[in-house]
Amino acid sequence: MTGVWVLLAALVAATGVGLLARARDGRFRVSRVRGGPRGAAARRGDQHGGGEREGRGDAGPAAVTGVGAVPGPDPGDHRPEAPGETAPGETARGGRGGLTAELAALGHVPGEVATLLQFSTAFCAPCRVVRRVLADVAAIVPGVRHVEVDAESHLELVRRLGVRRTPTVLVLDAEGVEARRASGAPPTRDAVLATLASLVESAPGDHRKGTDGDSVGLSGNA
Amino acid sequence: MVDPRGPRFAAAVTTVVLAVTIITGNPWLLLGQTVVFLVGAVAGIRNAPYGLVFRYLVRPRLGPPADLEDEAPPRFAQAVGAVFGVLGTVGLLAGPAALGYSAAALAFAAAFLNAAFGFCLGCQIYLVLRSATVKGART
Repeated sequence: MTGVWVLLAALVAATGVGLLARARDGRFRVSRVRGGPRGAAARRGDQHGGGEREGRGDAGPAAVTGVGAVPGPDPGDHRPEAPGETAPGETARGGRGGLTAELAALGHVPGEVATLLQFSTAFCAPCRVVRRVLADVAAIVPGVRHVEVDAESHLELVRRLGVRRTPTVLVLDAEGVEARRASGAPPTRDAVLATLASLVESAPGDHRKGTDGDSVGLSGNA
Repeated sequence: MVDPRGPRFAAAVTTVVLAVTIITGNPWLLLGQTVVFLVGAVAGIRNAPYGLVFRYLVRPRLGPPADLEDEAPPRFAQAVGAVFGVLGTVGLLAGPAALGYSAAALAFAAAFLNAAFGFCLGCQIYLVLRSATVKGART
């Protein structure tokens, strides 16, 4: 009789897990840690204040000063030469400059519009599908890059970003800051496109100018 | 590369075998399933008993697969299943019975998730295990 109850309990628990996974996996969420569009916009001002991109100015000064950011250049803030040794809590998801340094360590630069950063492992069946979907999107949307990372050989980064499952897809904005995240199952192509559209809309439209950059993104994943 | 319906079929058979195991509390049935897991992990899922059944009896009746899958993930899952199978068999044979039942129940839940939802629990655990056990920080 014990067995019947054990079986029932296992069945109920597994069904619950399965339904939950079906409802949540592969859906893009706005990244929580300072990853909202507003936070990203504010950081953008913070990070590049005084830099060559200050000239665009269309983000509005209020967005910059509103969070008390210092608009002056601050070279001490980011050290791209040491991507693996950034202080805990500094870069991770939200920190200054987002994941630009991490991307550089992987041999990539952020896409002009967005970067689709995929974490995979060898033992991940859906990762193949994700790769195809994202590569497809990167090929058709100008300025979007697809970067795939083998989670196993970058465990430090995996831990820092809180990636616990594969596939996990981070959508980084033009500054390399994580804005959206989906994990556990392959997102559909439409979901990726919709997320990219929402990302571009929520940004203050500053990476719309300069058509020269658009062709760069097409080179995609090297 | 394997037809993804193969592992799914194997998971369905495994689900049934483990359900009967748990209801009857029969350690030999669990031992048999454990051997099947081991063969799948070592020789590949296509050459494991359920894989052979799929290849010769089921697949000829189905159309061609829409997509092929990597073999490594389901193979890894078979190895995870084997670990739980061994624990469960030991538990049912030598006690404590609770160990036997809980290990069998976990293996059952994983097989059921795979069969019913296409969700590979073993594959999901992999990164968590690696991330928790490997200390080296190499970015």
